[in-house]
Amino acid sequence: MLDISGLSAGYDGSQVLFEVDLSIARGEVVTLLGRNGMGKSTLINTIAGILRPSAGQIRFDGAVIKGLPSYRVARHGIGLVPEGRQVFPNLTVRENLCATAADRFGQTKPWTIEAVLELFPGLSPRLESPGRLLSGGEQQMVAIGRALLTNPKLLILDEATEGLAPLVREEIWRCIERVKAMGQAILITDKNVKALSRIADRHYFLEKGRIALCCGSGALLDNPELRQRYLGV
Amino acid sequence: MLTSASRHGLATLLLLVALALLPPALNALGEPFYIGLGTRVLIFAIAAVSLDLILGYGGMVSLGHAAYLGVGAYTVGILSFYGVQNGFVHFLSAAAISALVALAIGANSVRTTGIHFIMISLAFGQMLYYLAVSVSQFGGDDGLNIDAQSAFGGLDLGDPTSLYYVSFCILVVVLFGLDRLVNSRFGMVLRAVKSNEPRVRTIGFSPYRYKLTAFVISGTICGIAGALLANQNLFISPASMHWGRSGEILIMTILGGMGTLSGAVVGSVVYISLEYFLSRLTEHWQAVMGPLIVLVVLFAGGGLVALLAGRRVAGAGSR
Repeated sequence: MLDISGLSAGYDGSQVLFEVDLSIARGEVVTLLGRNGMGKSTLINTIAGILRPSAGQIRFDGAVIKGLPSYRVARHGIGLVPEGRQVFPNLTVRENLCATAADRFGQTKPWTIEAVLELFPGLSPRLESPGRLLSGGEQQMVAIGRALLTNPKLLILDEATEGLAPLVREEIWRCIERVKAMGQAILITDKNVKALSRIADRHYFLEKGRIALCCGSGALLDNPELRQRYLGV
Repeated sequence: MLTSASRHGLATLLLLVALALLPPALNALGEPFYIGLGTRVLIFAIAAVSLDLILGYGGMVSLGHAAYLGVGAYTVGILSFYGVQNGFVHFLSAAAISALVALAIGANSVRTTGIHFIMISLAFGQMLYYLAVSVSQFGGDDGLNIDAQSAFGGLDLGDPTSLYYVSFCILVVVLFGLDRLVNSRFGMVLRAVKSNEPRVRTIGFSPYRYKLTAFVISGTICGIAGALLANQNLFISPASMHWGRSGEILIMTILGGMGTLSGAVVGSVVYISLEYFLSRLTEHWQAVMGPLIVLVVLFAGGGLVALLAGRRVAGAGSR
């Protein structure tokens, strides 16, 4: 579904990504792993159209999306949960969710606000609270719900559980597993190798802006040298 | 226990009831002269509410908003100059031409944000100001006298009370319509754009369309306020389009409380009343008005509406 080939990108003449190749099939969960500063967020921002690539190709569901503005990339079916969550602070939880709801592809069972509230029951009593008054965990739930309500073909989560309390993290992982079980294709970055290996089908390792390795969860768990070399854990 | 939204709605309703009762109250007090002042308050309240749509909800700080006030007023003046007195033609033309001007200006300016938007809105506003100054056929710098008010059959806008209630009805319709708009999905996206424009793009919305639509609606409403202003003064000059007038409308909106709609009405009531009464006390009235505005901005972040509600933040200014 997502095919990236020879992708290079960077900021103001400083190249960060070098000839990245990556693919994600329908219903597949793929992770992007690597130490800080290796280009994970840059790659995600380039896929989402926030950053223009300098070379290479991005195809999504048969269409070339390279260089498209981010709102057109989103309309192709890519839903982004950004690093830092970026919930709209001046909108209530209900408004954050309502504003984004869109069934662009006529899905048989599109995401609705009720379905999001079922996934994140903790949001129900907070529906009329402004985004600025939410806890980090609640914000992340809103951010994920907001992305799901665009009924994406591919859900991207950048630093899915960063800065969250352990119990909240577990809840987020459980929800992501439920979303995966519905057949949702997902691209995730996070530092929790254990949770990622449980959820994901494949793992890409980024090192200095290049894809250094792609492996399954078995190899990731069974090979401490690999984790030490690419993740420092 | 009333929610914040309910309290705000109730306060707006009380404000509108007070405004509706003002003419009979002034007549009963033997002060019908002040009905004209009340009409001026209502006209600028319409202009300030229109600015609040793009400022309080869209985050666009316009220093050229008075241009639409002038476009609306000049439309009435120029049509009258050519002998067209039909009020429906006057007001529909004022709205349509203001919308077209707002579309042309907005198509270029809403692509920018922050200080760039302020400068572009200022530049376009001043361009229209100098255009009005340069067209000697319509009075140029001296302005244009208008022979008679817009004709609406049996409705005589020359009667101060009639003009007051026409202005009042338009204000109520504008407040109701904009309240529906800002709470619709369109309004949610517009408020989201104010808070985080790049994020809105990644959700699949083009902020440009939302900002431009709001900008055109705002300019259209302000143009209607201009048509009312022309009917009240029977005179229009380039001064009504000057950036200083835009600044006054901006102050009214901020003073009352951005992002509340009714705050713009409160701001207009307070600003124009203070302007009138202070100027009767001293010719240096601005020296009193300035510090008052500074105090409100410093101690009531959400404007007078939040101050009256006894709290700093009520969604005001941050919606």
